[in-house]
Amino acid sequence: MLNFELLIPELTLAGVAIIVILLDLVVTRKGWLAVVSLAGVVAAAGFAIAMWGGGSQALFNNMLAVDNFALFFKLLFLAIAALVILASTDYVSKFARFQGEYHALVLLSALGMMLMAATAELISIYIALELTSISLYVLVGFLKDPKSTEASLKYLLLGAVASAVLLFGMALVFGFTGKTQLGEIAQAIQGMSLAGVLDSPGLILGMVLMVAGFGFKIAAIPFHMWVPDVYEGAPTPITAYLSVASKAAGFAIILRVFYSAFGLPSWLSLDWGLVFAVLAAIGMTLGNVIAIPQTNIKRMLGYSSIAQAGYLMVGLAVVGFSSAAEVVGRSSLLFFLASYALTNLGAFTAIIAISNKVDSDLIEDYSGMGKRAPLLALALTLCLISLIGMPPAAGFMAKFYIFSGAVQHDLLWLVIIAVINSVISAYYYLRVVRVMWLGKPASEEKVLSSGALRLALSLSCLGVLLLGIIPGYIMKLAEMAAKMFAF
Amino acid sequence: MDFNYLTIIIFLPVVGAILIAFIPGLSERLIKRLAAIFTFVPLALSIYLFAIFDRSAGAIQFEEKFSWIPAINAHYHLGVDGLSLPLVILMTFLGFLVVLISWKIDLRPREYFAWLLLLETSILGVFCSLDLLLFFLFWEIEVIPMYFLISIWGTGRKEYSAIKYVVYTLFGSAMMLAGILSLYFVTGSLSMVDIAQGGLAMVQSIMPVTAIFFLLLIGFAVKLPVFPLHTWLPDAHTDAPTAVSVVLAGALLKMGGYGMIRLCVSIFPQVAQQYAPLLVAFAVVSVLYGAAVTLRQTDLKRLIAYSSISHMGYVLLGIFALGQVSLTGATLQMFSHGIITGLLFAMAGLVMHNAGERNLSKLGGLVRQMPIIAVIFSIAGLGALGLPTTSGFAAEFLVFVGSFSSTVVAGIQVYTILGVLGIVITAGYILWMLQRVFYGPALKQFDKAKDADILERGYIFAFVAVIMLVGIYPAILTDVIKAGIMPIIGLLGG
Repeated sequence: MLNFELLIPELTLAGVAIIVILLDLVVTRKGWLAVVSLAGVVAAAGFAIAMWGGGSQALFNNMLAVDNFALFFKLLFLAIAALVILASTDYVSKFARFQGEYHALVLLSALGMMLMAATAELISIYIALELTSISLYVLVGFLKDPKSTEASLKYLLLGAVASAVLLFGMALVFGFTGKTQLGEIAQAIQGMSLAGVLDSPGLILGMVLMVAGFGFKIAAIPFHMWVPDVYEGAPTPITAYLSVASKAAGFAIILRVFYSAFGLPSWLSLDWGLVFAVLAAIGMTLGNVIAIPQTNIKRMLGYSSIAQAGYLMVGLAVVGFSSAAEVVGRSSLLFFLASYALTNLGAFTAIIAISNKVDSDLIEDYSGMGKRAPLLALALTLCLISLIGMPPAAGFMAKFYIFSGAVQHDLLWLVIIAVINSVISAYYYLRVVRVMWLGKPASEEKVLSSGALRLALSLSCLGVLLLGIIPGYIMKLAEMAAKMFAF
Repeated sequence: MDFNYLTIIIFLPVVGAILIAFIPGLSERLIKRLAAIFTFVPLALSIYLFAIFDRSAGAIQFEEKFSWIPAINAHYHLGVDGLSLPLVILMTFLGFLVVLISWKIDLRPREYFAWLLLLETSILGVFCSLDLLLFFLFWEIEVIPMYFLISIWGTGRKEYSAIKYVVYTLFGSAMMLAGILSLYFVTGSLSMVDIAQGGLAMVQSIMPVTAIFFLLLIGFAVKLPVFPLHTWLPDAHTDAPTAVSVVLAGALLKMGGYGMIRLCVSIFPQVAQQYAPLLVAFAVVSVLYGAAVTLRQTDLKRLIAYSSISHMGYVLLGIFALGQVSLTGATLQMFSHGIITGLLFAMAGLVMHNAGERNLSKLGGLVRQMPIIAVIFSIAGLGALGLPTTSGFAAEFLVFVGSFSSTVVAGIQVYTILGVLGIVITAGYILWMLQRVFYGPALKQFDKAKDADILERGYIFAFVAVIMLVGIYPAILTDVIKAGIMPIIGLLGG
């Protein structure tokens, strides 16, 4: 059945992306491009909201699922894209005549991510992933200076390898189950006996390769090598975009593939649950420890995002350890992603505002920001506190929720590693806070920011506080989303 | 209850903090007045609550309960009983007085008072929360204001001390978070009241309760602090500004003792009884080690800081003697130590400010330049060593009597007597310190040192009045405390 009306948000976004490119040829005031892009994102979000709760439906022979889970992520990606566009308004002047392409690529990668959240079939997963990745490869190189170019090339090469690995994994899974649709793969696996699966290690190998391929997207150790260089070299709004949207999309797809296709029998899900638990423990520990000596704030946040991916994988481990009916693992993962997205976007928006003025990403150049830009410094402080996982910020509730799921499934050891990691992370996050509030300002000049940046920053900080103090509503949405899987 | 007293008491300071931080163009004078108003009203309200508190009922009063996060069954649940009410009053009292103590702050006053008020809200929240998540939330919020207050307005190695404080506290609360999550898992509830009443009957899994007990205990032991987790305290105190030392010693440390009684003892009475001998031993080590180290200090603030470790040892002793009298004594000791040590730090701050010197070997003969400070400092010192008519005597007496007669721990008499020895050492270091600061030949370099001015006299007399009031008529507090302790004794099966 071809229910094209279920794809309205995606179609809107694709249309707006094309309009933006065409508009770029005729308008002289490039500010309109951002306005049109934003309007498109808001319209797409409006359509997505209207579809919420409409039950699970499938499209194109079960290739795409339109369920609450997908809608939750679509709204998340649209919100992220909107905030990134807002935060780029000053930054895009650096791209001179490529502003149209910039906005169009941001929209197209958001489109790819929205499809990633909805796909339920291996080949369309791959296509959605490539749409996202290729847009991002280009965006990373947009600054055209040596660092940005190097970052883009590195991202492209490593990304291509990861895609190949993923594709190989998919091929193996297809080879042993004969299916590409996730629900059908699940049926095929349940039809096998334990011995049958053990006799065909190719299936397990396929799963492992898929973990590796997706692990690249979410910056899980040991597939994280690209993160620090790409984060440092990319234009800062794109770094923000990569660190939240790309990661969230990776988790969306992992969640759907592993829950839908490999969720049963339980010995299988326990296996990959344990894999994610171990990856989580290593990821957060290494990420946090390596973040300590960093002097560049974008690099530091790069390692911090590796650590955050570790916390998120605690949620994946819970999904593996819990029965299919239990919702806490999935819903806590969704909630964590939402709060992490707001937090990291807030932090990067503040960094963009500051670096617009001081033209540096070195932590030492943030000295005395508390005096030069008290509100910016306060916002960045709030976001860093949220990244540590301290109240009253969203990060605290997110960790509490995700760890409470872990404790319920005998993962207390992992929770203890995670909470000790939070203490380690406090050290380097607070170092930035210390420099901003205790350091001597390099000059007395105030750091001013544009209205759009301030709007983006206040929206994310408001969200961080809201999710930290009254998280009930978003948790409920996350629960609804986690319950509604089409497959 | 129609009127949400507790919410107002807890959140007034933070409202003040927001006003101070975000209204542009406030003069320094106005900031200080705002801070004073937003701490005085909670003080007045909490005294009013103390007056209308029903002493005959042991139950929790002034309760407020609203659903907060349905997904994890968390509630916005506040309430006070005889255990927490004295500590609430202690905090509101100190909260108002530290604003006065900080009256001479002129470095970045806007931020200073905003952080100070936020700190008060978080401590009050800890004492009033009856929901584990809410409790932990308030518990954690306190770290950030403390970090800024020590690292910006402190002295000496302030940044080192501030980050050390943060790392220790976060380590403790990380363990506590693991404990709270486990508790939530085994009982399915976050309500302290329900868990304490349901007891171990609510446990639905085989997770060892002893592990949960110790996870929580580590969090509280860091805060109290208990030897060997105490090393953050001397640094934090030494380098913190005066007012922050007062809050830190006066109210923050009590969060540890309060948490031990409220969670460790009330929820795990059997485990507490089983491990009481071990913890009593730690208590005595803290008392004696703290006192012995105090003797050797040459820095005025560091000396008082180490004495806190020793005095918090009495609290630990009283708690894990697990008797009605000893628990009452421990709670009273928390209140009394809060006031007395608060005053000691305030006086040390005055000496440092007026004489410009904090090294004991360079101070001397100050009684001639600052007679009022000398007298009040001596009263505070005598309170600390437990002289009758001061609250210190009443509290320590109850702790010792209660522990000595406790039946829970075998051979506790020996521990108690060892603990009493701590008093002797305390007398030694207090009197020696007073002698080195105030007596001996007058020194020329301090000729221009001033005595306390009118504002300072005001707040130090307020401290002395409370010390004397509780010392002469301890029943004013013990009546209330008993109402809070009796239900816990019931849980202990005594």
